[in-house]
Amino acid sequence: MSADLTTTSAADLSSALQSGDLSSAEVTRAYLDRIAAEDGALGAYLHVDAEAALASAEAVDAARAAGEELGPLAGVPLALKDVVVTEGVPTTSGSKILAGWRPPYDATLAAKLKAAGTVLLGKTNMDEFAMGSSTENSAYQVTRNPWDHSRIPGGSSGGSSAAVAGGLAPWSIGTDTGGSIRQPAALTGLVGHKPTYGSVSRYGLVAFSSSLDQAGPMTRTVLDAALLHEAVAGHDTYDSTSIDCPVPVLAEAARRGAEGELAGLRVGVVRELGGEGHADGYESGVLDRVREAVALLESMGADVREVSCPAFDLALPAYYLIAPSEASSNLARFDGVRYGLRVGDDGSRDLDEVMALTREQGFGPEVKRRIILGTYALSAGYYDAYYGQAQKVRTLITRDFTAAYADVDVLVSPTTPTVAFPIGTRVDDPIAMYAADLCTLPASLAGVPAISVPCGLSEGLPVGFQIMAPALADDRCYRVAAALEAAQDAARGHRLLDELGRTAPQGAA
Amino acid sequence: MSTPSPKGRLTRDEVAHLAHLSRLAVSDQELDLFAGQLASVLDAVAQVGKADVADVAPTTHAVPMTNVMRPDVARPSLPRDVVLAGAPAAEDDRFRVPRILGEEA
Repeated sequence: MSADLTTTSAADLSSALQSGDLSSAEVTRAYLDRIAAEDGALGAYLHVDAEAALASAEAVDAARAAGEELGPLAGVPLALKDVVVTEGVPTTSGSKILAGWRPPYDATLAAKLKAAGTVLLGKTNMDEFAMGSSTENSAYQVTRNPWDHSRIPGGSSGGSSAAVAGGLAPWSIGTDTGGSIRQPAALTGLVGHKPTYGSVSRYGLVAFSSSLDQAGPMTRTVLDAALLHEAVAGHDTYDSTSIDCPVPVLAEAARRGAEGELAGLRVGVVRELGGEGHADGYESGVLDRVREAVALLESMGADVREVSCPAFDLALPAYYLIAPSEASSNLARFDGVRYGLRVGDDGSRDLDEVMALTREQGFGPEVKRRIILGTYALSAGYYDAYYGQAQKVRTLITRDFTAAYADVDVLVSPTTPTVAFPIGTRVDDPIAMYAADLCTLPASLAGVPAISVPCGLSEGLPVGFQIMAPALADDRCYRVAAALEAAQDAARGHRLLDELGRTAPQGAA
Repeated sequence: MSTPSPKGRLTRDEVAHLAHLSRLAVSDQELDLFAGQLASVLDAVAQVGKADVADVAPTTHAVPMTNVMRPDVARPSLPRDVVLAGAPAAEDDRFRVPRILGEEA
């Protein structure tokens, strides 16, 4: 057990809590102290209620002392992205339009975590309605990367990634629509897994793009991700897109993977995602680390080959038509009537005017731009050329995955083309910003699981390695990721995250 | 929708019209900004047109979906006062909505 509780893995915290070596109150207090000291510089949290967190922790400690049977996660603190609805706890989805809203119910995944006895430290910052790749689009604050405070922590789950990487939470739940778990995990040196679409309930997640949104874990280790994933997965009758199948055994897959045996595993390196001669802005340092990771898998017995998925080249334009189209529909619910902000209701204006003013003041520029784009793509005369065509491209992408998985067990690529970029450098250029999700979009559009695991540093900043698997084969992602993590940790003698603050400049805020 | 502008580009007036359809009030400054940015976004997304999708069925959802029905049985719901507590305005146990009809009606 590390002397510093705020760098310890959640699995180790869980063991220490179960054995009585630690109390939940001790662990929770350590995190709250660190949040108080560090979050002013990072801006990871939108809401922290220290009193409520300590009360939850003390209740778990009392139950354990009374001999009650508790689950393995009982007493372990966590953070939730502010897109997860939490009863009585402010939930804004990073938007002014929901400022001050305290939901009257819990999202299914929040209810599961509450029932498991986890302690909610707070709600983390995010790009407004999960639209963004840098957490610069929050209506409240910019979040900074713990490795270098002058850079972005990824997005839209950047508050979650900064909190976990910075030692302000042992683990967190994020959501991934086009890469918003994997990309911020990659840019901050974390493990982030987007589960098979439909395997974690979306009930109580503030919807962005309903056919793509999926919640998942953001953690310091592969085993932690598997444990948290198992806790939130499962069928939910409240979500009509929820898959009715047993929760896969993930932690066991991670433990087995850490033993490092990959003989017979067929690994496909996706040519279209950063292969030789690709000109989409992939940094050489990123490609070097990814090649080293592939070589490591090969040294553990994996059979590596190149695979071509030609439709992946169209994932970015397809995504940026489908997601805004669904968003323009989903965000119609923010009408200033049932919850949140209402502007201009002074008796002189009718409903349409009040709604338009409310939405003008409640939504930020990225959200407005995507609503307008989605309205355009869905409008008569353009539907077939844009939205309809994009949905057909989605079929081609799914076919590419199916064809690839006939020959290989997993597909791999960089998680992102570059390391974390400086704050402000892409904020006025939507196309440059969207390119940050280039590698993560195909798995989102096909609904297959994908994990990002750290694979080293480039220019002192973390690089992520993406492993994709067929639908419902999330355990395969964990097995391969754990093998890679264990081999890398053994080679360097410590976790990559332990280098935070030692090798990277933490630029002035 | 007004007459399409060439090459899928959006004019300032078209952006204003789309904003109106989306129930978004936008400032003159935002109109200028969005017209420029959306032009470059549309150029980029128009690449989907390159795909040969003859005889390709669209995928609207990663999970095959059928219309989901549940038995028409009453279940407990959230208490009315709890739901109304989050609303910007409520009256007589209901959401209060701004007037719908204009002065001329």
